Amino acid sequence: MKYLSEYRNIEATEKVLDNLKKTVSKPWNIMEICGGQTHGLVRNGILDLLPEKIRMIHGPGCPVCVTPLHLIDKAIELLEQGVILCSFGDMIRVPGSKQSLLEAKAKGGDLRILYSPLEAVKIAKNNPDKEVVFFAVGFETTAPANALSVLHAQKEGLSNYSILVSHVLVPPAMEAILDDEFSNIDAFLGAGHVCAIMGYKEYHALADRYKIPIIITGFEPLDLVQGIQMAANQLEAGIYKVENQYARVVKEEGNLNAIRIIKQVFEVGDREWRGIGMIPNSGYKLTKDFALYDAESRFGIEGIKVSEHPNCMAGDVLKGIKKPVDCPEFGKTCSPANPLGAPMVSSEGACSAYYNFSEHSIR
Amino acid sequence: MDDKEAKELTINLGHGSGGIMTRDLLDKVIFSTFDNPFLNKKHDGSIVKFETEIAISTDSFVVSPIFFKGGNIGELAVNGTVNDVAMCGAIPKYLSLAFIVEEGLKMDEFIRIVHSVKRAADESGVQIITGDTKVVERGKGDKIFINTTGIGAVHSKANIDADNIKTGDRIIINGNIAQHGMAIMSEREGLEFESSITSDTTNVNHLVLKLLDTFGEDIHLFRDPTRGGMASVLSEIASDIGLGIKIFENDFPLEKQVAAACEILGLDPLYVANEGVFISIVDEKIADDFLKLMQKDPKGKNAKCVGYITEEHPHKVVMQSSIGGTRMVSPLIGEQLPRIC
Repeated sequence: MKYLSEYRNIEATEKVLDNLKKTVSKPWNIMEICGGQTHGLVRNGILDLLPEKIRMIHGPGCPVCVTPLHLIDKAIELLEQGVILCSFGDMIRVPGSKQSLLEAKAKGGDLRILYSPLEAVKIAKNNPDKEVVFFAVGFETTAPANALSVLHAQKEGLSNYSILVSHVLVPPAMEAILDDEFSNIDAFLGAGHVCAIMGYKEYHALADRYKIPIIITGFEPLDLVQGIQMAANQLEAGIYKVENQYARVVKEEGNLNAIRIIKQVFEVGDREWRGIGMIPNSGYKLTKDFALYDAESRFGIEGIKVSEHPNCMAGDVLKGIKKPVDCPEFGKTCSPANPLGAPMVSSEGACSAYYNFSEHSIR
Repeated sequence: MDDKEAKELTINLGHGSGGIMTRDLLDKVIFSTFDNPFLNKKHDGSIVKFETEIAISTDSFVVSPIFFKGGNIGELAVNGTVNDVAMCGAIPKYLSLAFIVEEGLKMDEFIRIVHSVKRAADESGVQIITGDTKVVERGKGDKIFINTTGIGAVHSKANIDADNIKTGDRIIINGNIAQHGMAIMSEREGLEFESSITSDTTNVNHLVLKLLDTFGEDIHLFRDPTRGGMASVLSEIASDIGLGIKIFENDFPLEKQVAAACEILGLDPLYVANEGVFISIVDEKIADDFLKLMQKDPKGKNAKCVGYITEEHPHKVVMQSSIGGTRMVSPLIGEQLPRIC
């Protein structure tokens, strides 16, 4: 807990904020990639403490938010087929086209909420007469554990374990956002936990090509304001490079063991992002060697297709083109109790963070 | 029933049939444990006398797992209802006790639970005066559910009513938050983590009585933030009273281990369930003395003033974060869901 109290220190945070006010002379748009960072900014009331000229734009880094609707319907289909479906908690309340996993559970589906996919392998071992599927959602952060679960199942010789894969990757999403004609982002706060796994070597080319500062940033209040300060320093000085604010956790080369495990099981492929659409080479899929563990082909559910709620602006919110409060449905027909789209469901989603913590909560 | 016999027996549908097996179970386990003049009459109900206004509260307990660090469903069922009666400004006196048991529950587990009920009832000074035991088929329950209803005499000096809350009132809590919820969480399937976090389930009626004796009408509200945690109860109060509530993140007493567990699991302690914790909203002028008296009691030794009632932001709870920013605090929607990363 030592690192937590240090990075939640009010005096240290105030000092950076004072400095930041002196640094900033022009308006800048800074996007924090990760939903955990959005949550941290809003939960700690940091947005109100920033200089007016700094505008934070909330990025697409909420794994629940970008998981396509049809994958939720596929997960529900698995429950209906009698599979034991294991999932991280965030996913279960996200509405599919007809219902959420939680509702499907209430109708008799065997849904288990887990913190680790390795638990799902244990469940598969203990239930040899049942099929067990783990809903493998997330960015690069959850990929090592999900890959490891497949390796464990293989080692145990389990033939009743598979994963429903919806893994997405951060750098291709950053590129897609920068390529969008409406995008107006001046700097990125890179996602600290993702870089803890993958490192940040591949970010240098991105910073050069788009002439944009990228600051790998942590999640505590002091981390966030330091990251913003470092971005502002570069912007004011007219330079653009990759810097690492989160050096206590992130190394440039990443976690080599974790990367090795990912590469053993997954390969890069095209992925659809909810609200954004198909982004080439933006996700992981199982390699041919592990195709047996792919729940989509195993249960013949690849064909399920559905469309989004027509009034949901999740795509524009995820790309930072619109703020949650710009949406006419926000807080009216769309709320965490009755979400139209995923950013309102996950506590990391920008809409939910605004609804729960900001002044716009009741209007 | 001796231990050996209890270890070998399992509760089955016959124990809920109303026939000889039921009678046997009641005689050997229930009546022998509680042994009081009300129950000993073995009638359909009991007759009690009150000279004053009375407060009644009922609650059903379905916690899983039924045994957890710091307690079990039995004492939870007593403390929960005793505390709810106390929150009305009353002195709890009698309890009803109804079990719904799923066939297959081990007899020795049932007996352990009944003994915990007895111990918790004795500690809080209430008597079990009526009850019921039903057995349902396997798969139609979850080991055991308990319903208790409590009844108590309203304290002569009490005037507990949200309408009495006014600007400037102080919000005081008696102890560490989030303890019970995290103790239960640490033992659920799939979330197991090593910790020594224990549930804080306990009665608070004796402390409440002391506070009412001393401060009477200057106590405007008591509430116990069980499910939904602090955030949900405070939001509910704010939306009912038409005034705002300001709280301070740094002032909430939180044990280090509980804080760490919340951090790891991505949960906000303000939304985690409590058991032996209650919120008091009291007149500004008595707040310091109230806090001091509380802190002298073992069940209030970690008491803290965490906020106040304000005219600003009516109907809303606003929290000052540990780094000086502010944010809204909203009620919990559905269950608190752990985050992915």
